[in-house]
Amino acid sequence: MLAMEYRGPYRVRPNPHKPDPEIEHPHDAIVQVTRSCICGSDLHLYHGLVPDTRVGSTFGHEFIGRVVETGSAVQNLRTGDAVLVPFNVFCGACYFCQRELYSNCHNTNPEATAVGGIYGYSHTTGGYDGGQAQYVRVPMADVGPIKIPPELDHDDAVLLTDALPTGYQAAEMGDIEPGDTVVVFGAGPVGIFAAKSAWLMGAGRVIVVDHVEYRLDFVRRYAQCEVVNFREVDDMAIHLKKMTDWLGADVCIDAVGCEAEGSLLQRLTGVRLKLQAGAATVLHWAINSARKGGRISIVGVYGPTFNLVPIGNALNKGLTLRMNQASVRRHLPRLIEHIQAGHLRPRDIITHRVPLEEVADAYHLFSSKLDHCIKTVLIPPGIAH
Amino acid sequence: MPHDHALHAPETASPRGPVDPADFAHIPGWGVDRDRADRPAVPMERMPPRLDVATRMPPQQPQTVEILHSTERPGITPVFGTTVPPSGVSGGLRRIAFKFSENDVRRWMLLLVADRVHMVEGLVADVGHGHVPNLYAEMGGRAELRHNPAGAARKAATLALVAGVAWWWWRGRSRD
Repeated sequence: MLAMEYRGPYRVRPNPHKPDPEIEHPHDAIVQVTRSCICGSDLHLYHGLVPDTRVGSTFGHEFIGRVVETGSAVQNLRTGDAVLVPFNVFCGACYFCQRELYSNCHNTNPEATAVGGIYGYSHTTGGYDGGQAQYVRVPMADVGPIKIPPELDHDDAVLLTDALPTGYQAAEMGDIEPGDTVVVFGAGPVGIFAAKSAWLMGAGRVIVVDHVEYRLDFVRRYAQCEVVNFREVDDMAIHLKKMTDWLGADVCIDAVGCEAEGSLLQRLTGVRLKLQAGAATVLHWAINSARKGGRISIVGVYGPTFNLVPIGNALNKGLTLRMNQASVRRHLPRLIEHIQAGHLRPRDIITHRVPLEEVADAYHLFSSKLDHCIKTVLIPPGIAH
Repeated sequence: MPHDHALHAPETASPRGPVDPADFAHIPGWGVDRDRADRPAVPMERMPPRLDVATRMPPQQPQTVEILHSTERPGITPVFGTTVPPSGVSGGLRRIAFKFSENDVRRWMLLLVADRVHMVEGLVADVGHGHVPNLYAEMGGRAELRHNPAGAARKAATLALVAGVAWWWWRGRSRD
């Protein structure tokens, strides 16, 4: 089959000879991929920042497709079902899954206990191949995937596998009260959806911070929010306090993670020298820009070691810090309701559709933010666009 | 020094009074999830899980390739990925790394080193199989040329300059 293949930092290529996946466990299914996306967090892999990213791996944790084979124990799915596959690989039965912490599943990742299983996201998250391919192995097929409702557009469905639930959970972890001022750092897909979700929870103001002008223009229109270009600001904490009557934001959301721009020291130590687990610029800004007693919600991805953050300020301000990978499955029913009610139209953020054969160009386009790229969908050969 | 009157703004008076939903009528769905009961991940830990299938511990997946496991668990998990098992020098480094716990920074640094070694092994394997990798294509050169021709030209000029200086230096040394 054709599959994206990682060859080293900033190098990927289509491999037309990757062996087809096989059933390896009675609860597996094999899914023919009909759409996959490149996620912002795939770029951390692409840039070589995630430990144990092996050459020859296939990325891709945002995908939908059609079931072509099921293991002997699979009950809910049949060949031909169109399915939406959450990015978490989870068992549904362990201590954490029993509490709906599906992203923290304890049964699907032998390589690390700090993170659950994720498709196509290095051996640090279980060593699974991802969905930027024609076919993919889907473990625990009865608990992870859901059948795509007939009325749901497939472009909306593919964004329900990660980007939209992650943005929604970011807002949810901010514990937003009606009228709250919510600052979202990052105008990528997750930040855009976090801004939209903050309104659903009754925010009074939503402010999105980034430095990429075309993305700020997009989010201003799409999420009807205020925007700040941090390149035009001397000091982020002072700027946001001036915008919030000198109190600070009620809720700050980190939708950027370990490759944040905006601080030479953080970039040098976190990205270039790898002396910390990525650039913690946004965490620094979020803690120092939140009001006392405020909430910080983190969905941006960081590495497994340590980061330079002003934790003393978080203590003295009485902040609540909440964070997790999204447990996608628990959000799906509500988010599908929102799409059907017209509150959300996720497919509007898709800017590029690229044949899987051109995956290297697609990664470069997204990574370098060329051609006003916000979200790229990869289409395997033989699948209608 | 100019006096900043903004600093006289009241420090404790909240500017955030009650909200009027009419002010947000232009935003589709504003406030529909104000009630925490409508937020699907509240509370964070919720039992039993809302899954439409009876869940039980999965049986053990047969192990067909070498799987390294964290020292913070007793063995491999019932379900795991099998792509790209450890091999070569990078595989040896990974085996050493997995002797350290996730709590030990040496584990992670060794894995990053192993990743770089694996990249070199990948290049060698490509050439060994008679395939010279097209680095320009693998790094998305066509997209750069199409969407950022000025940047592509700058990169090409920089590369040519570096190559020229290297050639000039090498020629100079050859004459000595």
